[in-house]
Amino acid sequence: MFLRTFVANKPIMPKIRADLTVCERTMLTPHHALLTLTARNLPVCRPGQFVNVRVRENDTTFLRRPISIHYYNGADRLQLLVHDVGPATHALCQTPVGHTLDCLLPLGNGFTLPTKAQRALLIGGGVGVAPLLFLAEELKKRGSDVTFILGGKTKADILRTDAFQPYGHLFLTTEDGSAGTRGFVTQHPAMQDRYEQIYTCGPKPMMQAVAHIAKQHNTPCEASLENLMACGLGACLCCVEKTTLGHRCTCTEGPVFDTRQLLW
Amino acid sequence: MPNLSVNIASLHLKNPVLTASGTFGYGTEFAPFLNLEALGGFVVKGTTLLPREGNDYPRMVETPSGMLNCVGLQNKGVEYFCEHIYPTLKDLDTNVIVNVSGSTIEDYVACAARIAELKHIPAIELNISCPNVKAGGMAFGVTSVGAAAVVKAVRAAYSKTLIVKLSPNVTDITEIARAVEAEGADSVSLINTLLGMAIDIERRCPALSINTGGLSGPAVRPVALRMVWQVAKAVNIPVIGLGGIVTAEDAISFIMAGATAIQIGTANFLNPSCAEQVAQGIAAWMESHKVNNLDEIRGCV
Repeated sequence: MFLRTFVANKPIMPKIRADLTVCERTMLTPHHALLTLTARNLPVCRPGQFVNVRVRENDTTFLRRPISIHYYNGADRLQLLVHDVGPATHALCQTPVGHTLDCLLPLGNGFTLPTKAQRALLIGGGVGVAPLLFLAEELKKRGSDVTFILGGKTKADILRTDAFQPYGHLFLTTEDGSAGTRGFVTQHPAMQDRYEQIYTCGPKPMMQAVAHIAKQHNTPCEASLENLMACGLGACLCCVEKTTLGHRCTCTEGPVFDTRQLLW
Repeated sequence: MPNLSVNIASLHLKNPVLTASGTFGYGTEFAPFLNLEALGGFVVKGTTLLPREGNDYPRMVETPSGMLNCVGLQNKGVEYFCEHIYPTLKDLDTNVIVNVSGSTIEDYVACAARIAELKHIPAIELNISCPNVKAGGMAFGVTSVGAAAVVKAVRAAYSKTLIVKLSPNVTDITEIARAVEAEGADSVSLINTLLGMAIDIERRCPALSINTGGLSGPAVRPVALRMVWQVAKAVNIPVIGLGGIVTAEDAISFIMAGATAIQIGTANFLNPSCAEQVAQGIAAWMESHKVNNLDEIRGCV
């Protein structure tokens, strides 16, 4: 059916439901798991897109959980970075190797990628660093000069620094000073340099502060939101964010928004 | 192959499986996951005369075996539907039913009359049971007088199949069902969501932006089944059952309670292929139980 491939002349990725096999599971901290999932014929995924994962129903878990794509190898593997914050994400973090996860993917719009090399600043907070690795990979392919500022409350909250290192200049901030510069990401000196594009994902107050500085510098900024979702397909309208154009679905018209469109 | 077809007044369904308004978008969102034409039909998002922004976020809370929502009828209005959505749906070989909502009787009538002009929309579902809007919505659906008044006015303006969606948030749902039947409704669908609430104890405030919301999902299924059973015995028009249906077995229990057709709602969020699988499951069950026609089991309880 033509609707599957074209909406308003913009090509969209075909969405599928697939049982992805957990082929590797690493606990990065007692509360963060890195899951490597594999399947033949994975659809093409873009940085900033997410998968909606079914979690076995228990007393408190009913809906799927949207998890952003941390890394995608362009073929048969993708990685999810999962923060154990409740029974559902706990169950996901504990998924044994060899088990499958029922996933809908790829969902959401993804980050806007430049057509030519540019100076990009990627700012992540906590588990919000997740989509930035896949993004950095695609930016490097385009010859971009990538700078990261990754922040957390303490050293233990900053994840995957070794994976980010090869992709660009890496700066860290922690609120307690246990790693990198003491303070918030927005207080880091690298924040004051000039960039052609800023991308951010993390706690909303952090992203709002980043968007504020981007606006002062007149630098385009995209933020990836994590509003609560039910369907992930743009049908239930539960995950809306207020924008200059009215309520917009985070699952289909986001999760990535140009911060100038947000009422921050 | 058993015969799964059923009729809702003059509306012919190739099987009894529909999807519930507000859980299936405009159908096309689910096209990657199922064959829309394998369904008896689908009911599109609640449509109002004028565009509505809906309620503020947060609009949803997960609950045990279900969820609360307070979306509040966000939609782009009936004209947008007619111009931009209808053309993408009109050639589908299934029944596309529009859920019509409003704040005043005049709104309902105008919206229904506009939808009546669309050749390939054979039916509307009149939503007099949305718990998440201040004006109209459930206000009409919780009294026999209010329900009768809106159905009477819409009936006069709409000659195709008129389904009225009932609220469970009433003392006696059979009384409302009889009132809308008396005003010429062709069918009733039930239940809409049950009014509920959740509290964020850390922030010490309601978890939903408008304090309360509608509960759906398997948690409400026994209540829905009971109400369908009661209403099916109380009226002579076909009943469409919904509320927490996930499997073919759930659907068959609603048919045994007296439903002519059923709707899949919240289950679409967990498994976007659910509705087609339920239709296939009903066929498989009929075959293994040597049931050739759903009339053989309908209302047997």
